[in-house]
Amino acid sequence: MITLEKRPEPSRGWSLATPLLAVILTVLAGGLVFAALGYDPVATIRAIFYEPIFGQNSFYYLPQLLVKAGPLILIANGLAIGFRAGIWNIGAEGQYIMGAIFAAAAGLAFYPSESFLIWPLMITAGAVGGLLWALIPAILRVKFGTNEILVSLMLVYVAENILSSAAVSWLRNPEGMGFPGSRNLSQWDAASNPEIIAGTGMHWGVAAACIAVILAYVLMARHILGFQIRLAGQSPRAAAFSGVNPARLVLICMGVAGLLAGLAGMFEVTGPARKISIDFNVGYGFTAIIVAFLGRLHPIGILLAGLLMGLTYIGGEVAQQSLGLPLAAIQLFQGMLLFFLLAVDVLTHYRPKRTQRAAS
Amino acid sequence: MTETLLAINGLTKAYPGVVANDDVSFEINRGEVHALLGENGAGKSTLVKAIYGLVKPDAGTMALNGVPYAPAEPSAARSAGVTMVFQHFSLFDALNVAENIALGMDHPPKMTDLAARIRDVSQGYGLPLDPDRIVGDLSAGERQRVEIIRCLLQDPKLLIMDEPTSVLTPQEVDILFATLRKLRDEGTSILYISHKLEEIRALCETATILRLGKVVGGCDPRETSAGDMAEMMVGSALKVPSKPEATTGDVRLSLTGLSAPAPHAFGTALRGITVDVMAGEVLGIGGVAGNGQDELLLAMSGEMPVNPQMIRLSGKPIGDWAVNTRRAAGLLAAPEERLGHAAAPVMSLTENAALTGTTRKGLASHGMINWARARAFAEDIIRSFDVRTPSAANAAQSLSGGNLQKFVIGREILQEPDVLVVNQPTWGVDASAAAAIRQALLDLASGGAAVIVISQDLDELMEISDRFAALNQGELSEPRPAKGLTVEDIGLMLGGASASEGQSA
Repeated sequence: MITLEKRPEPSRGWSLATPLLAVILTVLAGGLVFAALGYDPVATIRAIFYEPIFGQNSFYYLPQLLVKAGPLILIANGLAIGFRAGIWNIGAEGQYIMGAIFAAAAGLAFYPSESFLIWPLMITAGAVGGLLWALIPAILRVKFGTNEILVSLMLVYVAENILSSAAVSWLRNPEGMGFPGSRNLSQWDAASNPEIIAGTGMHWGVAAACIAVILAYVLMARHILGFQIRLAGQSPRAAAFSGVNPARLVLICMGVAGLLAGLAGMFEVTGPARKISIDFNVGYGFTAIIVAFLGRLHPIGILLAGLLMGLTYIGGEVAQQSLGLPLAAIQLFQGMLLFFLLAVDVLTHYRPKRTQRAAS
Repeated sequence: MTETLLAINGLTKAYPGVVANDDVSFEINRGEVHALLGENGAGKSTLVKAIYGLVKPDAGTMALNGVPYAPAEPSAARSAGVTMVFQHFSLFDALNVAENIALGMDHPPKMTDLAARIRDVSQGYGLPLDPDRIVGDLSAGERQRVEIIRCLLQDPKLLIMDEPTSVLTPQEVDILFATLRKLRDEGTSILYISHKLEEIRALCETATILRLGKVVGGCDPRETSAGDMAEMMVGSALKVPSKPEATTGDVRLSLTGLSAPAPHAFGTALRGITVDVMAGEVLGIGGVAGNGQDELLLAMSGEMPVNPQMIRLSGKPIGDWAVNTRRAAGLLAAPEERLGHAAAPVMSLTENAALTGTTRKGLASHGMINWARARAFAEDIIRSFDVRTPSAANAAQSLSGGNLQKFVIGREILQEPDVLVVNQPTWGVDASAAAAIRQALLDLASGGAAVIVISQDLDELMEISDRFAALNQGELSEPRPAKGLTVEDIGLMLGGASASEGQSA
């Protein structure tokens, strides 16, 4: 019989190895699922992981990888800060939507001005939109002790409804022949978020994601606030003894996560998505939760996890197009990644030990 | 059939990095009270866990009544007649006594029968207990009775007790001892673990002494002095803290009508605590657990803010100040619970040094922590207080209780406080570490700081206090000079009699 024995200290080696192990297990289990669905597992896995990077169409897919990974990394970094403190913001999707709506609305209010102030105004508006949306569950938790998981999650659906109302009525393109959706922001120079280097997929949102990784790293490793965040997550009473104000921490962590999610929405609506539309959000806010945990809530880990997750998106599309794999199978594959990560995580804190079954 | 109840032969259990029990052999006879002595980390807990089926030994055998005995789990131990009362109670506050006892039994009888049996057994052994009372309302001593009666209902042959008196008043200790003697006379064997050597001398007939996982000897505690037993435990002569004559100065800390509601459902409200503590003095606050000790510490550390005028530090009202503002002003605290309150378990000692030291030790500038300085501070604590750890990078939870306690107390003392409040500074700490901690507290006071020691260990309080006061249901008695207080005086103070009644008694 194999039993688990608690390690005196969490294992550093396993903490680095478990994400890789989780990926391997996901590939194996995913292969089985694809095989059960009647697809060639090797070809499918190859389509997901190999084609986008090394395949003959990689010149098209590689920039897409950054486009997908950018918002994931940006949002996941904000979420991870809260998760480290034991503050569970599940509503980044809503904060992402509100960031996009605020940014688009702030910019479009000045259409067709070509002022250079419009771009910074939109960035600010996007950040504020996400921030405000995240502060709703934060303030409710601090003032009334509500559960931020439920409130932030439900606000996603509120945001989705605001999004559709924006797309069909108050932000609708007046010259759009009655079709839903706002003006095309990427065709309006003052508000567009173009690729910084053409053909790379590297837009301003990707740059913001890289900056967020660096800032989050410095915050968690060096800054006293990062220390307090880790302390509060691991040991709330020790945090109180250390002088951490839990209410302040909730506001900061939720606020930062909302701000970054709002920025992600802003860069998306002005760049790859081009405009506010009913189906503007594609689940980045939820997938970022997986990215945050896959990256072990560590900024560098999140960078790598975001790229990996982006790859499964792109690879999923490749598999959909070339093999006809259903979208649900791809989503299942992504979900398995988080499942296996959490499952093998036990090895970080426990060591397996072989014992004989004792006679009782 | 022999007189031996339990024979342990060559028992060995190793954990990663440490051999907790190394070839331990001894015997417990029928109807004896057998003491198990040893410093923290000597392997006592592992040994009794092996006997109780919580830990599976790597090697060695045990025999109960001459029959091989290898319990795979506690229920197997219980059905063989071995029961245990833990140091930390495992009771549900919201359930009543009978329900709690039923939960701990393998085959609980019907509730009405159980209640009747609880009444019978508790009366029979002089431990009165009402089966219908809610456990959350019971005192620590009464909670222990619940645990003991749970064991007695299973008609044990061997009763293991881990530090049973740490939560009891002297009067309650007498009652417990009477019960244990009665059990012994009926033929039940008792394995008794304690740090309090005088208690062992009063109660036990045999003692087995463990040091670093090995049996280093046995003795008859009735005929061995406490000092000799301590030496066998530690392996060298024990240094008894020397208390210089206190020269007290100005009032450093002044509590005036300190009151606060209970912070949670089973907490204790503080009620009108009034006392002045002078520079250079040690104020000992005794009391049975759950009478407001934790709440008093929270009020002092700033985790539970109160009305500003209720606490004055060198005359300044600070009752509503935040935790780190108080630290900056010179009021430091060390809570009772080492892991999870005073220290973060999975964080390194360096990080735990920064946990309270950031303000006074200047470990941060412009919000950025200087980890090199934090590490140097942690290493300073480790060196000055003889904390046994491979390095400052080790997690707090990897240290033994005594070593972590030295670290936690050392961390506050090295910050040179004007006022230090500590709760249970030597709880579960071995004799030599406890002596070192007490000496450090005395040195701090003689250096001009005001020290408040909240403790349930009366011997400790008598050893280091200048004045003694008792905390009872959130009220503090009038402090009295510790010198000349008798055990009876203290018992009455703890029991809630007011100071004037105590004097006239």
